[in-house]
Amino acid sequence: MADEIHDADSLSSELSSKDEDRVSVASNWKLVWWRFRKNRLAVASAIVLLMFYAVVLVPDFFSNQDPEATDAFLAFIPVQGISFFDTTGFNPSVPDVVGKRNPVTLKMQWAPDETVRIPIGLFVRGYKYKVLSLFETDIHLIDAKDPKSKGRPHFLGTDRLGRDQWSRMMFGTRTSMTVGLVAVGLSMILGVFLGGISGYFGGWMDMVIQRVIELLQSLPTIPIWLMMTAALPQDWRPERVFLAITIILAFIGWTTLAREIRGRFLSLREEDFILAAELAGCSHLRIILRHMVPAFTSHIIAASTLAVPVMIISETSLSFLGLGIRPPAISWGVLLQEAQNIQTVALAPWLMFPGLVVIIAVLAFNLAGDGLRDAADPYGH
Amino acid sequence: MTSPSTTPLLDVRNLRKYFPIQKGFLKKTIGNVRAVDDVSFFVEEGETLGLVGESGCGKTTASRCVVRAIAPSSGQMLFRTGEGQVVDLAKLDRAALRPLRPQMQMIFQDPYSSLNPRMNLFEIVGEPLLVNGLVNRKQRTDQVAELLQLVGMRPEYMQRFPHAFSGGQRQRIGIARALSVHPRLVVADEPVSALDVSVQAQILNLLLDLQQRLNLTYIFVAHNLGVVKHICDRVAVMYVGKLAEMAKTGELFHQPRHPYTAALMAAVPVADPRVRSGDVELKGEVPSPANPPSGCYFHPRCAYAAEVCRTQPPDFREISPGHFVACHRAEEIELPGISLG
Amino acid sequence: MNTQNGPLLSVRDLKTYFMMDEGVVKAVDGVSFDVHAGQIFGIVGESGCGKSVTVKSILRIVEAPGKIVHGQILLRRSRQDGTSGEEELDLAGLDARGQEIRSIRGAQIALIPQEPMASFSPVHTIGNQIIEAIMLHQSIGRKAARNLACDMLKDVGVPMPERRLDEYSWQLSGGLRQRAIIAMALSCNPRLLIADEPTTAVDVTTQAQVLRLLRQLQRERNSAIIFITHDLGVIAQMASFVMVMYLGLVMEQGPVDDIFHAPKHPYTQALLRSIPSVSSQPRVSLPTISGSIPHPFNKPSGCPFHPRCIKRIPGKCDVRTPALQAVGEQQLVSCFLYHDAEVSA
Repeated sequence: MADEIHDADSLSSELSSKDEDRVSVASNWKLVWWRFRKNRLAVASAIVLLMFYAVVLVPDFFSNQDPEATDAFLAFIPVQGISFFDTTGFNPSVPDVVGKRNPVTLKMQWAPDETVRIPIGLFVRGYKYKVLSLFETDIHLIDAKDPKSKGRPHFLGTDRLGRDQWSRMMFGTRTSMTVGLVAVGLSMILGVFLGGISGYFGGWMDMVIQRVIELLQSLPTIPIWLMMTAALPQDWRPERVFLAITIILAFIGWTTLAREIRGRFLSLREEDFILAAELAGCSHLRIILRHMVPAFTSHIIAASTLAVPVMIISETSLSFLGLGIRPPAISWGVLLQEAQNIQTVALAPWLMFPGLVVIIAVLAFNLAGDGLRDAADPYGH
Repeated sequence: MTSPSTTPLLDVRNLRKYFPIQKGFLKKTIGNVRAVDDVSFFVEEGETLGLVGESGCGKTTASRCVVRAIAPSSGQMLFRTGEGQVVDLAKLDRAALRPLRPQMQMIFQDPYSSLNPRMNLFEIVGEPLLVNGLVNRKQRTDQVAELLQLVGMRPEYMQRFPHAFSGGQRQRIGIARALSVHPRLVVADEPVSALDVSVQAQILNLLLDLQQRLNLTYIFVAHNLGVVKHICDRVAVMYVGKLAEMAKTGELFHQPRHPYTAALMAAVPVADPRVRSGDVELKGEVPSPANPPSGCYFHPRCAYAAEVCRTQPPDFREISPGHFVACHRAEEIELPGISLG
Repeated sequence: MNTQNGPLLSVRDLKTYFMMDEGVVKAVDGVSFDVHAGQIFGIVGESGCGKSVTVKSILRIVEAPGKIVHGQILLRRSRQDGTSGEEELDLAGLDARGQEIRSIRGAQIALIPQEPMASFSPVHTIGNQIIEAIMLHQSIGRKAARNLACDMLKDVGVPMPERRLDEYSWQLSGGLRQRAIIAMALSCNPRLLIADEPTTAVDVTTQAQVLRLLRQLQRERNSAIIFITHDLGVIAQMASFVMVMYLGLVMEQGPVDDIFHAPKHPYTQALLRSIPSVSSQPRVSLPTISGSIPHPFNKPSGCPFHPRCIKRIPGKCDVRTPALQAVGEQQLVSCFLYHDAEVSA
């Protein structure tokens, strides 16, 4: 009888199934992953993001021409559509273009010439480049089969300086996505640190930090951006400008995250298991790192994922206005600068394609971030 | 209050905990919430002292002062350590407290917030061991297995996370964690209030059994008088931050000497339709600890209030051996208690 | 059957299921009972037994993804078409968001919820909310409604009712708030009051006051009360008829004296034995019910209580589910120890 009184599990073993076992030893991350997996839209978005970041890692692999090579002769070549089959079977190719000088404007006008075709293929050899500065290769994802052929494939056309848009898109992706990620990373560090101090220790530190946050949040963001980026010296190299823009964005964006973190710390402090850890003799540091931080890591990641698109749009807008990343550096905003006037839009609408890419990227981040946030609280109920 | 014959495990004297009420931009202190207002009691080794009262009476605050989860505003908390020394817990700073922490542990009310959902059972129950020096993982695993068995759980469940367990099982885990460092005093803060009725009995039996096996001393905070009567040797009744009465369980329930205690007993509905109970003529509301009445805090609701009760706060005095009461008229009035059987 | 003497509310084989991603939770799985006018009907059970979902089904306020999949909830009321006499209305068949059920809620059946703080809007005064309830169901002017509200507050023992009408719920203490909620529930003089654990969140002395008030009001207005609680002491003091639920099914039903002094079902017996009371022996091991309440997705086959039952019959109780059958004049129990009737699949 004594055993029966104390044995809490005389039932559970009979009724527990393999599924229950799997769930009961699942850590928080596993549970988050299982929940995330169920959200098809979020998973699809995550895959899209992975593809984007593949481009970020090796943009050269995806491009097929030098993004900065200009040739005024080749300006405004329209999009060359791919046809997959011809008389000989499966033989993807793009039509070559033939140019005629417009007698009135004296500008070159290009039109596809169906008679001459440039065969294209996957994983073909092109120009040489270095992968992550580690090793050299010359394989590209998609390019003309014959590297020496005169006609080049322009999958997204060219702009007014004859630069291949497809290749520029790849490099623009690298810049824009990196700025977003790094800026959020920086604000995450700032936000967790300052929000954590605020929430855990309270008192005058909390008061000071909160007032700073309120001050920063009450400043109008657009004028601040404009001021700070306009203050950047014109003669700085693009990489330095890039770094400066990232830091500026981070310094304005950390406040929201800090507030959230502070709120979480404040509510966590009241939880009984924190008190139990104190009573067991845990140091402040151990409590923060082992008990509190893991409790909201998944939320930070979800919040950060949702903050990246804001950064991307900020950078794109700044660069679009000419105040952010400047040519010859390439970003989506810089690419969109070329589509700023009606004439271009009417004559060369393919130059607006970067806008579509921005939309896709932002949507993907938002959907994936939402899915992550919903999955991050399996203990919510 | 006269001191007991042998040195008690814990002797609390004139404990006070005030929370300042701050208003205005500069946070001026305009008053105090007197959560615990001059409370004195003692607990002998091996016994269970019940601390009962309604919301706002200060029992939870007092229990948290005892384990130094919060620091008292004033008063003494004389604790007899394992080495035989008597230290005043109220005076120690954080560093001096740390080596004593293993000797006083707490069991919490809410089984869903008392366990870190991101740690598995091995980490939860093993953490106090780890933090107090037992670094060897194998040894920790063995001890955790023993502790889980002690509270009626299977050691194989060590890898599982709290979300896999029911409320009653989680309480057992919390008990295992508290016992891991061999405490001498365990403060149980409403450990069965959040559990289903059928599980409450299991946990109460477990607590009784563990007390016998390990010679534990309990301070049992509760509001359910049936549970208190079942498990406590002595009971102290609190009202708006002060102690109204303290006595052996049987005496308190059957011969209460304070009108509030009698009203509490009368208010408990008995699980027998043939016995009319729970019908009490106690008017008014519990006063706020920020603004208590003058004199005896209970006088506005007391059927026996006299003039002296309005003006003078009563002393907490011993009117018969082991039976303490804070009432001016304790000797004069006859109060009904719970009938036996 | 002469409907004049019939029950005020008759629940017949009610089944309310929750369709979740992980499976179907059969929160209420075939519950039947009758409540007569002027009776205090107690429903007692532990977590997961379905008592709250049952009364929510009566009021048709079950949250999605739950829905009533079977059964009838027959409310007896006077004929709506102008002729004299009474009719039975099946609440289960009404549109949950329709006009009909909304005219019944508050007027015929009122709810006293568990958490008074959560039931009052913090941005309206309580007077505002009580008056709104009155004017929804009675065609009287605002001034008359206010007077009525003031009278209600007086009836429930709130001091200075005129002033309280203009206060907010968070300005009142717990006990007063509970009284105000009762006033709001009673403002349209409902024939049936549903009290869902009304004293679980309050102190024992406040509980005594609230129970006293409910008993008094029930006597004065002859309203029926369905009283839900897990506290057996409260049920013993309040109810005249008790229903014990477990995992969505009725284990036992009967007059309160029979339930407490002659319980038939092993669950009722074990429950009564295991509660520590002020008049029992101290520090003795309490007889317990082994194991714990199963997870709703892991409902046992056959009788839901059989895994924890010390009197179970192997081969019978784990395979077939007993039906609720009479074992005395008014006592019903679902247990194979007393009969062989099964629940039809």
